[in-house]
Amino acid sequence: MTYKREDGRKQTETRPIDAKVGVVANAVGSAMFRIGKTIAYAAVYGPRELYPKFLQDPSKGVLRCNYNMMPFASSGERSRPGPNRRAKEISMVTEKALLPAIDLSKFPNAVVDVFIELPQCDAGSRCAGICAASMALADAGIVMKDLVSAVAVGRVEDQILVDLNYIEDSYEGGADIPVAMMPSTGKVTLLQMDGVIKKEQLKKALELAHETCKHIYEVQKSALKQKFGVGSK
Amino acid sequence: MKNHLIKLLNQGIRFDGRKTDEYRHVTVEKGVYPQAEGSARVKFGATEVIVGVKMETMAPYPDQADMGSIMVGAELIPMSSPDYESGPPSNDAVELARVVDRGIRESGCLDFKKLCIKEGEKAWMITIDIVPINADGNLFDAASLGAIAALQDARFPNISEDLKEIDYKHKSDNKVPINFAPVEVTVYKIGDHFLVDPTREEEKLVDARLTVATLEDGNVCAFQKGGEHPLSVDEIFKIIDLAVKKGKELRKLL
Repeated sequence: MTYKREDGRKQTETRPIDAKVGVVANAVGSAMFRIGKTIAYAAVYGPRELYPKFLQDPSKGVLRCNYNMMPFASSGERSRPGPNRRAKEISMVTEKALLPAIDLSKFPNAVVDVFIELPQCDAGSRCAGICAASMALADAGIVMKDLVSAVAVGRVEDQILVDLNYIEDSYEGGADIPVAMMPSTGKVTLLQMDGVIKKEQLKKALELAHETCKHIYEVQKSALKQKFGVGSK
Repeated sequence: MKNHLIKLLNQGIRFDGRKTDEYRHVTVEKGVYPQAEGSARVKFGATEVIVGVKMETMAPYPDQADMGSIMVGAELIPMSSPDYESGPPSNDAVELARVVDRGIRESGCLDFKKLCIKEGEKAWMITIDIVPINADGNLFDAASLGAIAALQDARFPNISEDLKEIDYKHKSDNKVPINFAPVEVTVYKIGDHFLVDPTREEEKLVDARLTVATLEDGNVCAFQKGGEHPLSVDEIFKIIDLAVKKGKELRKLL
């Protein structure tokens, strides 16, 4: 049996992607990343002094991420504003996903704040947040080895799919694997999974994730170039 | 900085070249986040506010058994300004939400009885959430305009016949029963000058402000005075006249 995607996409096809850099004028750097109905904004403030002082690191700057869904972001009932357990965990794994790509050694005792806000979610929101955040960091002029691109891959029945939407993400008995990578090297900076998968399937899924991240990387780069008026589109 | 601005205002100009009673370029977009029951994006120059409307059912309050209800929330998220911090809603966020709520509620534009589904048992609760994307001054007016725009955009979700299940995937054609549009205009006093739509830079220099919720017929339905300086009665009437005039201009954008 072959699972057919309800939106008619091919297995390896993402939802439509759109990216824009420089969307929050007050911030040092900012970006928007949209994949299907999922939309993430990210804004970077800093490097600025970190308080309370005991959180400071005299050897390098600290990266602090905050992931937040707006109360009207999900389909269904309104969600209460403010951090819940899920948002706290996602904020933390987002930090870890971005850290390998950035160099904060020049900013001892400082913090770089990344605020990720989601006005609308239809699965894949942590990945969209990471994509937006890495563009915002680049826009802020933070020294980076590479951008970070992210996408969820997974299994529905016996199909390996890329960029699961909400129906696929919550499909009974499937697996959902959010992956973030530095696309130039293919090194993985975020990996989570809900569900069971065979080793061969995982290999295929991660290859698919890498291919897709390379595609997303081009979208991110072109959005950055557009803001700075480099190259033509 | 303040003396500098006052000196400019004496000559009738502002930092960005506007007149004292001139808004920045205002845009209103509806239906920007279709997954919510209603939504809108309002821009006043670099200030950008989004408003989302969600709908749920509730048991009516015992003293209003034949009425539904609304709730307005505002989050001054730290993404939108270096002045805002993470954490529970600040006093400013609570004030913003309450002032927008008052403008809608007290205008009588919304027929709360039409939000009742079954008397004493079930009614609609409409939540209106205000979130700035970029806060560059005058959130009161942008949020109030956005709230009305989002309500105008909103459609009720379908509800099953036994009233137990709400189908959030499919909206009905039913609109929120709002009959007219209250529009809030805030007039800010700096020195002896009165101005509208300050930027974040100007807002920090404000002595007093008065938010006036204005109606189409020229009446007013809600006030909120802020700032540390007092206002004379004459000044208050001057502010109301200006607010009603500006309210008419903003209402055209809805």
